[in-house]
Amino acid sequence: MQDNNIDVNYVADLARLELTEDQCERFSGQLNKVIDFIKQLEELDTDSIDPMAHASPIYDVMRNDVSRPGLGSEIALLNSPMTSNNQFKVTRVVES
Amino acid sequence: MSLSLADLTIRQLQSELKAGNISPVDIVNDVIKSIEDKDSEVGAYLSINSEDAITRAKEADISKPLGGIPVSIKDLINVKGQPCSCGSRILKDSYTSTFDATVIKKLKEAGAIPLGRVNMDEFAMGSSTENSGIQITKNPWDFDSIPGGSSGGSAASVSNGTAIASLGSDTGGSIRQPASFCGTVGLKPSYGRVSRYGLVAFASSLDQIGPITKTSEDAAIILNTIAGKDQHDSTSLDSEVPDYLQSLNGEIKGLRIGMPKEYFTEGIDSGVLSSVQQGIQTLNDLGAEIVDISLPHTEYAVSTYYIIATAEASANLARFDAVRYGNRVSDPTNIIEHYRKSRAQGFGEEVKRRIILGTYVLSSGYSDAYYVKAQKVRTLIRNDFTEAFTKVDAIVSPTAPTPAFKIGEMSNDPLQMYLADIFTIAANLAGICGISTPCGFTTSDNGKKLPVGLQLLGPALQEATVLKISDAFEKSTDWHKQRPKQI
Repeated sequence: MQDNNIDVNYVADLARLELTEDQCERFSGQLNKVIDFIKQLEELDTDSIDPMAHASPIYDVMRNDVSRPGLGSEIALLNSPMTSNNQFKVTRVVES
Repeated sequence: MSLSLADLTIRQLQSELKAGNISPVDIVNDVIKSIEDKDSEVGAYLSINSEDAITRAKEADISKPLGGIPVSIKDLINVKGQPCSCGSRILKDSYTSTFDATVIKKLKEAGAIPLGRVNMDEFAMGSSTENSGIQITKNPWDFDSIPGGSSGGSAASVSNGTAIASLGSDTGGSIRQPASFCGTVGLKPSYGRVSRYGLVAFASSLDQIGPITKTSEDAAIILNTIAGKDQHDSTSLDSEVPDYLQSLNGEIKGLRIGMPKEYFTEGIDSGVLSSVQQGIQTLNDLGAEIVDISLPHTEYAVSTYYIIATAEASANLARFDAVRYGNRVSDPTNIIEHYRKSRAQGFGEEVKRRIILGTYVLSSGYSDAYYVKAQKVRTLIRNDFTEAFTKVDAIVSPTAPTPAFKIGEMSNDPLQMYLADIFTIAANLAGICGISTPCGFTTSDNGKKLPVGLQLLGPALQEATVLKISDAFEKSTDWHKQRPKQI
């Protein structure tokens, strides 16, 4: 296993994902294999090739700036795990 | 075993409805009964809106294009008032759609009745439906095998005679591959042909909604309804929607169909290969000219796909923060712990693995080497198809290199599972359309008959061409008429 490829713990932290030690070890093994495989792209000379972000040739789609009906707060809050005073309730963000 | 209405095609039901032999309520009742009788073994359905569907059936206007026809819906397409769990524990039992996806709005306007939510790999990530966080779905042809994925519930429900037709989604083959494994027809429209509004996003530059049906004619009927520009999806194409039914005239004489040499190499199951070769001979007998072509960057498609798809997925799945929706862990001490633990608890292994890979290929110091590189190779892959379509009208290949594999067989080797998508993913990268139609059977290790799919790829917005070819093929074969026997 090439452990110089991916630091799963660090990346999981970036992705706001808690992993168990067991998962970390398993993902390292599996993903290093995947990364070794995808490194095959290095074989290709792509210096003069434009990157393709999208399959369709459309750009800058505009619409008239007119208001449209929205969900309204009652419906927008319907699926929230926690609400308070007609708002989403978030876990404490500032240090106490 | 006698056929029930749920075994029939949309076209057959429409004739019966117009003749006054049956009513929409008869159809809906029959589908509900078929689900009750036959789904416990297969596990295609996650939930069923029986009462709502019967109410809609009573009011259905059969003069409309899909009047009174029930359609099962993959569990990542929003239907107002119904659950939409995406096969994930993070949304299970806690999410009710507050709006209709554009495809659902269009289906309803055409008189169709959304009936039931069908299983899938969690957030459409997988090729076997084993990654569902909710339940296992079995292949109706062999209960030891997977139905394919990620639209495994859609394909299994249509194959098993528990749905008339279904809507699935295809990011790298997720309509065509399960259709192939279950012996049904699956159409992936060109990118932008169908609005993605209300489809929970996996990889936004690759995702596309499409039908899984018993015939190509039924696929054309559904595409007629769901295709078109939508102001809610800026990537939907403002291009005229032809009447796809009109192209189904059985005339494929003189059409040029390409056989890419890179798709007919070692590693294809011998039963799959002989069925596909026989299928190609049938197309030839019908007057199509079979032409050898090359898609030279084929071997790079899987790598390119798993960089782009996971990168986009890692960004799309950031929305699952357990604030606006999604199950939240109890009493987190701070917001970071809230995110980390809620996401850890809600997402399954494959989703976590792909978020990690996608975050990695986008992370500082690596994004040029992986993500931008993959975007460039994507251009090369698209150019291969552009070049090929100057010589041929369509491309033929197996849909998948093997028939349905055994439950559990590949679940510990993600790379092996990814490589199974080899023939389908390039179409998503290039944004072109593709269809899978049944072309024969092969035998599994335990002696069960397993269906084989023939894939036809066409240029962007040429759905009429692939539908015409697959329809002509179906008119001269009966593979698509065969149904699994219930044990």
